[in-house]
Amino acid sequence: MSFDFPLLSLIIWLPILFGVAVFATGHDRNAQLARYIALTGSILGFMVALPLYTQFNITSTAMQFVENYVWFERFNVNYHIGVDGISMPLILLNCLITPLVVIAGWEVIKERVSQYMGAFLVMSGIVNGVFSSLDAMLFYVFWEASLIPMFLIIGIWGGPNRVYAAIKFFLYTLLGSLLMLVAFIYLYKTSGGSFSIQDYHQLAIPLTPQILIFIAFLLAFAVKVPMWPVHTWLPDAHVEAPTGGSVVLAAILLKLGGYGFLRFSLPITPDASHYLADMMIVLSLIAVVYIGLIALMQADMKKLIAYSSVAHMGFVTLGFFLFDAYGVEGAMVQMISHGFISGAMFLCVGVLYDRMHSRQITDYGGVVNKMPIFAAFFMLFAMANAGLPGTSGFVGEFMVIMSTMKISFWYAFFAALTLILGAAYTLWMYKRVIFGQVTNSAVEELQDISKREFVLLAILAVLVLWFGVYPFPLTEVMHATVDQLIVHVNSSKL
Amino acid sequence: MSFMPPDFAPASSEIFMLIMVCVVMLADLTVGQNRRYVTYLLTQATLFGCAVLTFSSFSNEVVLTFSGMFVDDTLADTLKLMTYGTVSAVLIYSHTYIADRGMLRGEFFSLTLFATLGMMVMISASHFLTLYLGLEILSLSLYALVALRRDSVISTEAAMKFFVLGALASGFLLYGMSMIYGATGSLQVTEVAKAIQNGVNAKEVLVVGLVFIVAGISFKLSAAPFHMWAPDVYQGAPTAVTLFIGSAPKFAAFGFVMRLLIEGLEQMASDWQGMLVILAVMSMAIGNIAAIAQSNIKRMLAYSTISHMGFLLLGFISADANGYSSALFYVIAYVLMTLGTFAMIMLLCRNGFEAENISDFKGLSKRNAWYAFITLLLMFSLAGIPPMIGFYAKLAVLQAVVNAGFVWLAVVAVLFSLIGAFYYLRIIKFMYFDEPETNEPILLNNDVKILLNANGLAILVLGIFPQALMGISLYAIQNSM
Repeated sequence: MSFDFPLLSLIIWLPILFGVAVFATGHDRNAQLARYIALTGSILGFMVALPLYTQFNITSTAMQFVENYVWFERFNVNYHIGVDGISMPLILLNCLITPLVVIAGWEVIKERVSQYMGAFLVMSGIVNGVFSSLDAMLFYVFWEASLIPMFLIIGIWGGPNRVYAAIKFFLYTLLGSLLMLVAFIYLYKTSGGSFSIQDYHQLAIPLTPQILIFIAFLLAFAVKVPMWPVHTWLPDAHVEAPTGGSVVLAAILLKLGGYGFLRFSLPITPDASHYLADMMIVLSLIAVVYIGLIALMQADMKKLIAYSSVAHMGFVTLGFFLFDAYGVEGAMVQMISHGFISGAMFLCVGVLYDRMHSRQITDYGGVVNKMPIFAAFFMLFAMANAGLPGTSGFVGEFMVIMSTMKISFWYAFFAALTLILGAAYTLWMYKRVIFGQVTNSAVEELQDISKREFVLLAILAVLVLWFGVYPFPLTEVMHATVDQLIVHVNSSKL
Repeated sequence: MSFMPPDFAPASSEIFMLIMVCVVMLADLTVGQNRRYVTYLLTQATLFGCAVLTFSSFSNEVVLTFSGMFVDDTLADTLKLMTYGTVSAVLIYSHTYIADRGMLRGEFFSLTLFATLGMMVMISASHFLTLYLGLEILSLSLYALVALRRDSVISTEAAMKFFVLGALASGFLLYGMSMIYGATGSLQVTEVAKAIQNGVNAKEVLVVGLVFIVAGISFKLSAAPFHMWAPDVYQGAPTAVTLFIGSAPKFAAFGFVMRLLIEGLEQMASDWQGMLVILAVMSMAIGNIAAIAQSNIKRMLAYSTISHMGFLLLGFISADANGYSSALFYVIAYVLMTLGTFAMIMLLCRNGFEAENISDFKGLSKRNAWYAFITLLLMFSLAGIPPMIGFYAKLAVLQAVVNAGFVWLAVVAVLFSLIGAFYYLRIIKFMYFDEPETNEPILLNNDVKILLNANGLAILVLGIFPQALMGISLYAIQNSM
């Protein structure tokens, strides 16, 4: 399909340009202007991304909306971007979450507003760049650049322990990605001087280097996902980040890791992926079960949701390493749905935190008496987080469990434990926060959600229900790409 | 037998520089303290004149003169032009700083120009003695510059250390050179290369000589384990002089390595490769780990320099044009970053207040968001995070290393740069996450402002469009080999 208008470039650079414009408003006396520019930019960013869906050719397995220019010749690096059925939904998710984050920070952020809003817009553009890069070096540049705004967001607007969390977040992620860089350079050498990801897909590599490359990629992506045992940065980062930061982290940045597995690990090192599949499945199951148990014990709401994110992302990596179209699609659905649900959960906690300035479960109780509308929304998202049928949280998990069953009963058994654990930790927290007697006098003072908060939660609620009942619009766009990926992964490159 | 005068044309910029240094010294005697800007302008004009001379006679081929002791080639001209630019930027940045501290005297300018002359000679040397001569002109001027604040104990101590260790290193170099002379019978770079190619009897003498030469080079580059002078000198010297020591001489050092190891002793690559691997790994380890513990920012940057020099040496390990051009690109990127960083430190200095500690960066983003942003770019660039130029420098070098088959070395290098990222992040933490301790406004002259903005943005813009600079590095190397 030929598509001459540089749509993808627009999707990448429009938010970045708006972000720079927001920075330019400078001082806090222009805060209102900064907010409106940010809102306009993020909504425009979403609008220009819509043609990506409407114009997408769902039968094609090739990259679409491709743009390819020479970036620097010295190392044969190209500005080569395009999307397929895997990256397109993730770009849309990102473009959708950005306006929500801007709205979520509207009144809450009072200091250095322009820097806050600008950082989110710039990050949104950078993340779109990560999802659409077809050149490994371009990918790497966007991938690393996305660390900078998040580092600042956590460090400047975060909670009391923000400096520790920000530096931990940065160094952890950097560790993984630096080894990925070495892997890229090695691939550049073996491919005879190409940084094209599609060339790498066709490159024949012996098993030992494949395993080493796989491990380098694994470190980069596993930290990002995050998989057990390299997940420890996530609870810290989530707890300390401002609400908007937590939303973007959970909804978007974790997806970068999952996307990396599909774009790099599986197609570039298929034999190593098969060779190490059992290890990956076991690690994923540990994330699902063990982290689920840890979530049960949390006294801090944000930490609980952070751990539940790790558990849910365990399903994503589990789905990838079943080498089955059903599993991969389930994992993709799980990624998108987790974007909505975890984003919504963090927004809900943010709503409470803005009023009470506490995230401790024990400080709450009886909130439903004062905030009935909020309690209803929170109920829906909590159910979705627990994987209730009819919400989007169910679809992905169910598909992955079904697919796991084909491989091994016991794998499926442990995976299915999530339905119990997820319900246990989410609903128990919900019960302690929302129901019961009002014991804290501060809860007595609570006001129900404002119009701004209502809009935020309503948009996510609609999406959660819609994709829970009718996920077809999501799965149909990824069918062709995923089928081709599975064929590719199941054929040896040795 | 008639006397044939040598061809002076290839050395025209050096000759011009020498004349002008004398002119600057004499002119300075005639102006009073309140009209010292005349000296300053004359110095800038000298650099500009040299640039014009070098540029107008930019050579695309290798020209030897003075009986093969002096060479003019693309690499030399490129490095010289960059040296002029860097020295000129150093003078602009440090003008206010030295004026505030009573160092705005003729000596500062004439010593700087003498040092520049030394660098030019080093860059253009094609004979071991010329190399040594250039090195000594540079080093002696630098010793004096460090001691310029003569009433400061710490400066004097730094100068003494610098002098003693520098003299030791020069001794090493001379000893190594004499052994090479003994083995090959020549001191002319290309003659030495030819002699080695034809085979020498005393291979052992040659290798021992090489060891001494590599040790001497490591001293000058401040590569571990010959790095001990760097932290003390960086800390003790007035910041303006630290800026000078940390920036322009790196080009000369690069030229020095090229002439000695590559043009002279490339046949012995298999011998020096192993030495460079050890030096590089040690520098990256010591530099990055020791930097974490520093609270004095100049000391921290000294250790950071050591680690960067380790990275730079990696570029030479592959022993091919690809690697050398990567190393050259690394030097250019490094000098750009150093200029910006030290300029930023001087920016925080005020009359009577010396910004020395990392904590002086506290709350900079609230005092001045724009300069905090530029420092942010510089720090991420030093840490090697894209899309800043420092990343492409690392990429180029790592690529050369992997290409030469040292994948493990690339892994070691990235792990140490991960450690390095921590102390750069710490400065960002101070700037962005902490409250300012003072609300003193940051005042700048217009020329500094323009240059600093250009310098900071170049870090980003050259990072997004690195092709031109990479092309220049590759051209300069390929055209001179």
